[in-house]
Amino acid sequence: MSLSVILFVVVATATAVSAVGVVASRNVVRMAVWLLFTLIGVALLYFLLGAEFAGAAQLIVYVGGTLVLVVFGVMLTAHGPLRELRTKKGEWLVGGALGGALFALLVAMSLQLGSPATAPEGDALPGTGQLGLAFLGVSDTAPDGPITGVPADKATRRTRASYLLPFEIVSVHLLVVLVGAAYLARAKRRVNP
Amino acid sequence: MTEVGLTPFLILGAFLFACGVTCVTVKRNAVGVLMGVELILNAANVNLVAFARFNPAFRLDGQVFALMVVVLAAAEAAVALAIVLNFYNNHATVDVDEAKQLKE
Repeated sequence: MSLSVILFVVVATATAVSAVGVVASRNVVRMAVWLLFTLIGVALLYFLLGAEFAGAAQLIVYVGGTLVLVVFGVMLTAHGPLRELRTKKGEWLVGGALGGALFALLVAMSLQLGSPATAPEGDALPGTGQLGLAFLGVSDTAPDGPITGVPADKATRRTRASYLLPFEIVSVHLLVVLVGAAYLARAKRRVNP
Repeated sequence: MTEVGLTPFLILGAFLFACGVTCVTVKRNAVGVLMGVELILNAANVNLVAFARFNPAFRLDGQVFALMVVVLAAAEAAVALAIVLNFYNNHATVDVDEAKQLKE
């Protein structure tokens, strides 16, 4: 048992328990708190994987932004009986069976995948600088090695590519969506006397 | 076993995904359904970053698409909450079983 295995077991257990808490708790405020712990656990997983920038973005954008939005939604809508809506037994049965079946299917697929037991030696994930250059279209983002996991005749090396266009699209998309959300949620003037 | 392989991360992602799907199907509160969607997106993100770590061909792509998913999740949460608030203003409930129309 090395340190990385112990850390992974601790973080993964905390994340999984918090995810179960999101599903199991009936109070919507408690669900938000469990979701907070799940998101923090996922960010710690990114740090364990060596993706520091993705982990930091997860903490800042998800935990600091999206979750605050969700908590505002909870606070604006949860009052009295709406805070704890009961689910019927039959719905729990159907939902649990669906989730369990999907989990079994995905685990079977992951075990079949023939995973690399260890990470490739000596190359950490690209850092913030390389990611930023790739987003700006300055650096070459074609992978170093051939793409594995596809038939051999399809495993061509990609030519020069960058993420400038997806980056711009996602930026404009976020702007448009936020303007639309502000329009949808605006305070309406009452017309009825 | 001195290092964690790819499979534990995939299994954790599968577990988060199953929890999210169960949350979406079971919850009656619209905000609860939204939280289930967040869980599903996080499960996909765990898979993306894990593949970026363990497959040398996807070292940049995995992280880049994880960041895109984070941004899209923020957009999705904003629109969904706006719709939920609109619905709550018109009907004074957030029970998705009673949601039949958005207008009054």
